[in-house]
Amino acid sequence: MNARVDPDVLSTLSNRHLDALEEETIFILREVAAAFERPALLFSGGKDSLVMLRCAEKAFGAGHIPYPLLMIDTGHNFPEVTQFRDQRAAELGAQLIVRSVEDSMARGTVRLNRPDEPRNAHQSVTLLEAIEEFRFDALIGGARRDEEKARAKERIFSHRDSFGQWQPKAQRPELWTLFNTRIAPGEHFRVFPISNWTELDVWQYIEREAIALPSLYYSHPREVVERRGLLVPVTPLTPARDGEQVATRAVRFRTLGDITCTCPVASDAASAAEIVIETLSAEVSERGATRMDDKTSDASMEKRKKDGYF
Amino acid sequence: MTTATAPDTIETIAASAHQASAAATLDHETALRFITCGSVDDGKSTLIGRLLVDSRAVLSDQLAGVSRSGEADLAQLTDGLAAEREQGITIDVAWRYFATPARKFIIGDAPGHEQYTRNMVTAASQADCAVVLVDATKLDWRQPEPALLAQTRRHALLAHLLRVHSLVFAVNKLDAVAEPERAFSHIRAALARFAHEAGLSVAATVPISALKGWNVAAREPGWCGYDGPALLQLLERLPCTPADAQLPLALPVQWVEKTASASADTTQGRRVFWGRVAAGSVAPGMPVQVFPGGQSAQVAQVLDHARRPASAATGASAGVVLDREVDVSRGDWIVAAPVPALTADDDFDSPAATTAWPGQRELSATVAWLDDEPLAAGRVYWALHGHRWVKARVRRVAHRLNIHTLAQEAADTLEPGAIGHVELQLQEAIPAAAFTHARVPGSLILVDTASHRTAGAVLVR
Repeated sequence: MNARVDPDVLSTLSNRHLDALEEETIFILREVAAAFERPALLFSGGKDSLVMLRCAEKAFGAGHIPYPLLMIDTGHNFPEVTQFRDQRAAELGAQLIVRSVEDSMARGTVRLNRPDEPRNAHQSVTLLEAIEEFRFDALIGGARRDEEKARAKERIFSHRDSFGQWQPKAQRPELWTLFNTRIAPGEHFRVFPISNWTELDVWQYIEREAIALPSLYYSHPREVVERRGLLVPVTPLTPARDGEQVATRAVRFRTLGDITCTCPVASDAASAAEIVIETLSAEVSERGATRMDDKTSDASMEKRKKDGYF
Repeated sequence: MTTATAPDTIETIAASAHQASAAATLDHETALRFITCGSVDDGKSTLIGRLLVDSRAVLSDQLAGVSRSGEADLAQLTDGLAAEREQGITIDVAWRYFATPARKFIIGDAPGHEQYTRNMVTAASQADCAVVLVDATKLDWRQPEPALLAQTRRHALLAHLLRVHSLVFAVNKLDAVAEPERAFSHIRAALARFAHEAGLSVAATVPISALKGWNVAAREPGWCGYDGPALLQLLERLPCTPADAQLPLALPVQWVEKTASASADTTQGRRVFWGRVAAGSVAPGMPVQVFPGGQSAQVAQVLDHARRPASAATGASAGVVLDREVDVSRGDWIVAAPVPALTADDDFDSPAATTAWPGQRELSATVAWLDDEPLAAGRVYWALHGHRWVKARVRRVAHRLNIHTLAQEAADTLEPGAIGHVELQLQEAIPAAAFTHARVPGSLILVDTASHRTAGAVLVR
């Protein structure tokens, strides 16, 4: 990504809309705490969940977040992110629950076609198992409507039936800020407090609030290969294929997920402020630039959500 | 009232924006939430696609995703569900984000299909502005005042009922009619008459071609005899919804913080009542009353998100600490204390106090019915008001609005998508007020006790 935007633009960008977004997010986080009996906040250590945690600290006071943090571990995480996640949870005094796809595989509830396939989609099974185990009635997630077309369609309080499924044609009307949180036994809600934030808003907020992030979000040298227009990181899980040229490039991650399907972008941006400027001039969307698994079909996210995915 | 026949100039709109909100100069720093609505195939998704492409909010991979067969299908940028792409219709609201150098925008692309009126109402309840699209090719535009489509009327009425602050008519597909200038003039006259009869205030009526991009992001001077601003220029200048700031305090309690986290301040050992100020403002020293308990107290401290001492205006969340131990739970309201009524001769024998937010158990209300199961007189529903759930019985349906004639018709049920007037009896009193006077105290939702579906939008009369 080349920064073609004048760096002075930062000083002219208004921050006032961030106050409105923060206000809305805090309102939703409190509503979940008050309206549900057993909520949990999905926490990956990624930038969106760290923004939510900052808002939760403001909503409830530092050290008083009234719900556990839940991580669904694919076993394909970047170690830097896992470390960061554990450290941050400890600092916040929050309870961290980790449930792993590998345990589901051991139980036989997740079956892989190939041992090295992306495990993103399989998280749904482990997540639904965790919901059943802890009888969670609301799960807070950091999904944003600007990420993807199916997400743009989703309510802030999104009802799930007793199979954990999203029914896009039968979504509940969502009027003003009167959130209908009534559920029958076995059903639950997915709640998205940062629905209305964009990638740019997230970076502006990270910059304004000086939120610490895993180092992978900032420019660093990394061995990569070019594959179908994406920069694929060379890791033990994603080795270079025969004939591919491995190069060390300055890269950063716009999104961090399962190693096997998350790609970095070329970038020299080493601070949140520099990333704000790069985001302003981006020509490819966050998912388009970084995700290998969303490209299979127009409806892949919608299908996964219907199966219980976030 | 500005009607469609008034001059559509930026100056007029900017002036009315200024009157509408004392903070008008700051409005452009906050995002404008607008919805596009109107009938099926009026070109809503195409318009949004056009706004996104022309304001360069669409990135190359997203445009490539909808351009597989050569030319980009702009509607596909927003129709995100498989069922929508199959049928070529919009089922649910898609929320999109874009910015121009002047302003940030949040768009709700609302469905036009009558079956999905509930989703249009969902979008409208969040919006500062409604852009109602009118398809010129579907109207008998050779008539001096052609009959409008039902959905144009329904959506404009719903936006008005929900107090969407600005209403804009965008007459679309004028590139596809033989005499665009005459068509626009006739359709504008019909819209002006309808607006007048229904009491709608219209910010502007703009001729556009969403397909060609005329008068969408860029002006097409003189086309259709129109020399006003393009739609996007209008939207950059429209005000956000003004808050109900001039009213006495009403704060629905959302969250009770049981243990004070602060150390050496007055919050020590006291409970903090958090909520978003629904009307008026709150500051230390204010006398308040708890609803429904009725206990009086004084505000000892107001906290902001950083837990610093503050005061809070309408729309902001505040943590309120009272000066004495009072029973307050989630769902209660903290309201301005009653003011002693002024009497002509200082008659101290009758210390009547006027309560700003009197409790009500009987409500007369306008209802937009959203559920597939019709509203039935006699049934009991759950009602949510602020953060309080109460049971509500529909005592009677007073009438149903005929959206074609605007006549009030006798009815004892409301079918999906209908707008009517009902009388509700509540299990407990709530501090309700007319929706036209106060948005948050004036709005409720009705929830079906069996299916738990959100069934009705209730606007207190």
